[in-house]
Amino acid sequence: MSAVPDDSAAPPRVGLFVTCLVDLFRPAVGFATVKLLEDAGCTVEVPEAQTCCGQPAFNSGDRATTTAIARQVIEAFEEFDYVVVPSGSCGGMVSRHYVELFAHDPEWHGRAEALAAKTYELVSFLVDVRGVDAVASRFEGGVTYHDSCSGLRELSIKAQPRKLLESVDGLTLAEMEDAEVCCGFGGTFCVKYPDISNEMVERKVASIEASGAGTVLAGDLGCLMNIAGKLSRKGSPVAARHVAEVLAGMGDAPAIAAGRKG
Amino acid sequence: MDVTSPAFKENAARALDDAQLQRALGNIRHGFVEKRRVAADALPEFEQLRDEAKAIKDHTLAHLDLYLEAFCETVEARGGTVTFAETAYDARRAVLDICREHEAKTVTKAKSMVSEEIELNRYLKKKGIAPVETDLGEYILQIRDEAPSHIIAPAIHLNRDQIEADFRRVHTHLPNERDLAEPATLLGEARTILRQKFLTADVGVTGANFLVAETGSAVIVTNEGNADLTQSLPKVHIVVASIEKVVPTLEDAATLLRVLARSATGQDMSVYTTMATGPRREGDPDGPEAFHVVLVDNGRSGMIGTDFQEMLRCIRCGACMNHCPVYHAVGGHTYGWVYPGPMGSVLTPSLVGVDQAGQLPNASTFCGRCESVCPVRIPLPKLMRHWREDEFARHLQPRAARTGLGAWAFLARRPRAYRMLTGLAARALSLAGGTKGRLSSLPLAGGWTKHRDLPAPAPRTFMADWKARRGA
Amino acid sequence: MKAREHILGKIQRALEVDPSHDAARRRAVAERLQRHGRHTVPARGQLPDEERIALFRRMLEAVAGTTGRVTSRAEVPTALAAHLEARGLPLRLRRGSDPRLEEMPWERAGALEVATGPAEDGDTAGLVYAFAGIAETGTSVAVSGADNPTTLSFLPEEAIILVDADTIAGDMETVLSALRTRYGTALPRTVNFITGPSRSADIEQTLLLGAHGPRALHVLIVG
Repeated sequence: MSAVPDDSAAPPRVGLFVTCLVDLFRPAVGFATVKLLEDAGCTVEVPEAQTCCGQPAFNSGDRATTTAIARQVIEAFEEFDYVVVPSGSCGGMVSRHYVELFAHDPEWHGRAEALAAKTYELVSFLVDVRGVDAVASRFEGGVTYHDSCSGLRELSIKAQPRKLLESVDGLTLAEMEDAEVCCGFGGTFCVKYPDISNEMVERKVASIEASGAGTVLAGDLGCLMNIAGKLSRKGSPVAARHVAEVLAGMGDAPAIAAGRKG
Repeated sequence: MDVTSPAFKENAARALDDAQLQRALGNIRHGFVEKRRVAADALPEFEQLRDEAKAIKDHTLAHLDLYLEAFCETVEARGGTVTFAETAYDARRAVLDICREHEAKTVTKAKSMVSEEIELNRYLKKKGIAPVETDLGEYILQIRDEAPSHIIAPAIHLNRDQIEADFRRVHTHLPNERDLAEPATLLGEARTILRQKFLTADVGVTGANFLVAETGSAVIVTNEGNADLTQSLPKVHIVVASIEKVVPTLEDAATLLRVLARSATGQDMSVYTTMATGPRREGDPDGPEAFHVVLVDNGRSGMIGTDFQEMLRCIRCGACMNHCPVYHAVGGHTYGWVYPGPMGSVLTPSLVGVDQAGQLPNASTFCGRCESVCPVRIPLPKLMRHWREDEFARHLQPRAARTGLGAWAFLARRPRAYRMLTGLAARALSLAGGTKGRLSSLPLAGGWTKHRDLPAPAPRTFMADWKARRGA
Repeated sequence: MKAREHILGKIQRALEVDPSHDAARRRAVAERLQRHGRHTVPARGQLPDEERIALFRRMLEAVAGTTGRVTSRAEVPTALAAHLEARGLPLRLRRGSDPRLEEMPWERAGALEVATGPAEDGDTAGLVYAFAGIAETGTSVAVSGADNPTTLSFLPEEAIILVDADTIAGDMETVLSALRTRYGTALPRTVNFITGPSRSADIEQTLLLGAHGPRALHVLIVG
């Protein structure tokens, strides 16, 4: 890594919010995140009291549950210098929507704002906060990058992952058409409206395949599970991975929804 | 118009299966998006203008009663009349009364979504007055007896060959062997037929994009010029517009016009922007002899002071639906009422009730593309979420969804129990996935596995693995 | 009247307004209407005279309008006859009785037949004298009046608009101010902002000219 961490200061203490999907479906993303953060000069801790950011409840209109979960997250993470999340969607939930949730609760509103101010999606944290502009990693082949909606539109994550991917040895980036168009995941949307969601992910997968890249990357496991599940069902040879895995040099493990070796 | 929003899912399934429709929808996915992007990029002040457009509308809504009063005064000072209509019925009745007062037999109409909302055509026809839609797209829909599927491109769901078949079916006075293979020949035929309608109509009805309080003017925008022929040839011009169309001054209208055309069609300015003020003046050789404005509330005043007041900023550009991947997949008719796409998903529950239109705000991934292009920065996903909150509070959601959410919420609030259960789930699902690393079916997850595989979890959760590795 | 009171009353209650203690809001509204302040005016049109006129022409041509330029009103009739001939249109046009048009030497245009009054079905070319032009968008602004029938810009096959070079403003706001100076708040019945010939994209998003209004728009800049 060619970041220039400020050696004079103590390393920042980062609380890793691993997210419920990474925790259950793709622990490798969590370990890749830890490696990237440690390489960028951070101390990483993983609070035990975390479960989920509350988005499923929030987007289902259940404010009471969301509020309870948000309080739990704030309490678990407010002691850290930074909170880093390997997901634009969960990152946006903590840094944008918690504040909105406590609009009428002065005490918690302040705490939510304080947490929001130090919560970052992983790749934007590396580039925008830690000043990382290259990673020491190798990945053979062409990749295409899907811009996950929340990361792109709530957190302005667009250039950062591309910048770091360009520094990966052996990797070539091929942009797909409509990289900014939603893949159709949408949390509960994909099970409430499976046919519409399917139409959307079919289009996304067609764009991915047309890019010619052998691997699709994104910063959100929700999108990736949707895309990987569709690629797998179609029998497509394109692999799907979280961008952190490739940046951390862990891009040789089986791809999402791919079989395990041995 | 009958509300079919409760059947959103069935409508969507039909739309997804309709090859003709899917072909037509292909035309909008890129055209509108690219044109808007080019127009916005070409104007360095565009984002600033969006902020100002939002501020203009917010200011107006906070003083709506006063600007409506001011507008009435100036219209009357210029010799026009204003009629307030509380309901759709009152509005169509007001139009009918004006038509009868002038003994009208035929009415030409320029495209207006609020006239769709108040079902004006059906009503006038029932009362013996023949309304003729003059916007090309609306004319095509009128002869098909169909509703618009888009607020600025009403016939976007149709293909050329369908339109040719309709023209042959309806224009039976024309020779059968005529060549209608090109869009241009279809347009030519419609032009000739509608020309006679323009020249003989007794009353012209238009909508309005803006009503200017300062001058009492209705600002009406088209590309075809049909609204101008509609308002300048008959002896009576009726403007039907909803109450939130009022803006304070001509300068306010100018700023809104700058963001409207660019957001809608990617034009810097629509071809015809017309400020109509009162009836023709003494000595004027043409123009209407009478000018009436029907101001429609139909539920809007009830949105003021609520979360949904922001929706009243909408200037009906259509950018939200042009950029919506759900709209792109299913088209406008799926939404089941007058207003489709993201703006419809917020507005329709306000106007027809969330009990009828509750599906609409749920059928969104919250991808946020609509909000990112809205010229008046309406937080559409947030407002859709407010509808979901309303439904949740009123127990309007399906029981299975509520139960599932409840169980999940119970665990999410108890990290220790959550840990234990996710650990078990990881092991079970991982085993079920076997060496393939995926599941192609799973009880209770049919919505997912119908169309895609489910990536199998690792045998151990991150939290468990982390603890093992770093020994917390 | 009852509907009006109901609706305004509902709005006032929703805004939590007490109509008897509403002086501040009323003042804000009166001031805004009086001041009619400008918002951001794009820099695009803020150019020296000749560049502004060039922008006007470029913007209009980009939306399928055509432009020409003559140095004086006396040249207009022959220029229009030549234009109609080049377009393959009959040498006929209809115009209003605007004094600026009346004074032109129409006799110099040879075979050109000139009728006056509002447009009639079958007219091939309609001529109006614009109030102003807007360089920002290539827009011509026409106002209705005793001498200026509105229909001339909409019913004929081809619309021709004369715009005095010194009335081409950089932006819309300048023209709005000029309208206010000329007419106060009592605008003419119709103010038309025209930016190109009539068009429709309602059939498969195919752009076609001449939907209901003119199939072509020619703007002749005078001066």
